[in-house]
Amino acid sequence: MLLPAVFAASFALAQASADKTAADKRRSGYQDMGAALQKMQDDDTANPGMLFVQLGQQLWAKPAGAANKACADCHSLADMKGVAARYPAMAKDGDKPIDLEGRVRLCRTVNQQAEPLAPESRELLSLAAFVANQSRGLPIAPPDDPRLAPFRAQGAAIYQRRQGQLNLSCAICHDDNAGKKLAGVTIPEAHPTGYPLYRLEWQALGSLKRRLRNCLIGIRAEAYPSDAVEYVALEIYLMDRARGMVFESPGVRP
Amino acid sequence: MRAGLLVAALIASIAGTAWAQGASPYTVVGDAISQPLADKPGDPARGRAIVANRSVGLCLLCHSGPIPEERFQGNLAPSLAGAGGRWSVAQLRLRIVDGARLNPDTIMPPYYRTTGLQRVAKPFEGKTILTAEQIEDVVAYLATLKE
Ligand code: HEC
Ligand code: HEC
Ligand code: HEC
Repeated sequence: MLLPAVFAASFALAQASADKTAADKRRSGYQDMGAALQKMQDDDTANPGMLFVQLGQQLWAKPAGAANKACADCHSLADMKGVAARYPAMAKDGDKPIDLEGRVRLCRTVNQQAEPLAPESRELLSLAAFVANQSRGLPIAPPDDPRLAPFRAQGAAIYQRRQGQLNLSCAICHDDNAGKKLAGVTIPEAHPTGYPLYRLEWQALGSLKRRLRNCLIGIRAEAYPSDAVEYVALEIYLMDRARGMVFESPGVRP
Repeated sequence: MRAGLLVAALIASIAGTAWAQGASPYTVVGDAISQPLADKPGDPARGRAIVANRSVGLCLLCHSGPIPEERFQGNLAPSLAGAGGRWSVAQLRLRIVDGARLNPDTIMPPYYRTTGLQRVAKPFEGKTILTAEQIEDVVAYLATLKE
């Protein structure tokens, strides 16, 4: 008697998840990689990004600056769960959104009263990777903050606009031609699921901003200055576009 | 006087360089440009090298073509094989110069246009992707691709 009931229940469950995959055709860049790279990302002992997460964990506990406070003195690790999956967000008293790296830099200067961390520096990326890792496996869930809306719209407009000497838009590659081969490379759908992530081509961990910059340079467009709001606007748009997808930092990409 | 002349000559030569990097005028008739863009006739061997080079011609990012030593070719666009059979030299020229004149939505970059572009990176500003001579070389190569 019990058996059919259990069977029916588990069947329903399998159906429900099958329906979900059928409805959601979005693909993380992870799915476009070969099995070897997927395995590298999945295995913490093989994922080079985990070395940065470990370094970040050490920095997290290390007092710094005139305040002589560690991140850990003000934040519990539990508080960091889900943060990376919903950033960028508005800073409390600011009028501009900040991304995760921006948030860490702000805590560094304002709350620790320490020397600013340089963009793309090992220390900054490690701290960001450690915080991001607390959200691994969670669905991407941007906040419903109306103050973000104009920036999201700005990001969407940049995404659609042709630019650069090659006169291409992000959408031409990542919406209209995703899955096709650009020379030897499969064009991904540009979901920011894995950042900061380790790129074999970079031989380093890199931020989403670095990736966006690379794509701009690729189409021979003027890259924005590293603190430009345009990057954060694009990040907000991309995170919204990836809402509900699984956050997987530290990702690995070719 | 002499210094003035020298300055004038200098300005002229700078302006001359800029002119060479931008696009010279050309005439479109129907779906083609029948007049060559450069005085020297195009060289198919040089054209092939340009097409094969991923940072010069960039063609194989999107296209495939009969260039077997280049392992990584794109599939965003039709194969270049047979292009010289499908199109005349004059038609090929316009397709490379500015394909948007034939298909406003084309994703193929305008290889000989500097206007109507947004936020071009400084080193490329005011410059065409290929020079007039390079376009003639590429067209000469494509014309050899009869099948
Ligand atoms: C000419 C095509 C092209 C254009 C235009 C382009 N990209 Fe990309 N993009 C790529 C390719 C190819 C990759 C993957 C690179 C690789 O894995 O080696 C990529 C990777 C990415 C990724 C990383 C995805 C991941 O899985 O980590 C993001 C995000 C991205 N692009 C965003 C953008 C944005 C935003 C723009 C517009 C500013 C843009 N791209 C313009 C081709 C393009
Ligand atoms: C002196 C206390 C203090 C220290 C030290 C500190 N922070 Fe913060 N942090 C804060 C406060 C307060 C906020 C919330 C500010 C706000 O809401 O705008 C915050 C916010 C954050 C957030 C965003 C949390 C969220 O839910 O949006 C992150 C991530 C973060 N800090 C990381 C760090 C890291 C990494 C360090 C160490 C480099 C650090 N913080 C050091 C006080 C501190
Ligand atoms: C960003 C992608 C891209 C690049 C780079 C590119 N093309 Fe194209 N090309 C296309 C597409 C797409 C078409 C199909 C027609 C259209 O959409 O306008 C096309 C059409 C053509 C055609 C006509 C095709 C036919 O036979 O019907 C020729 C010839 C051609 N391209 C040659 C070249 C050459 C030569 C280069 C390099 C100098 C080049 N293309 C670079 C995307 C590209």
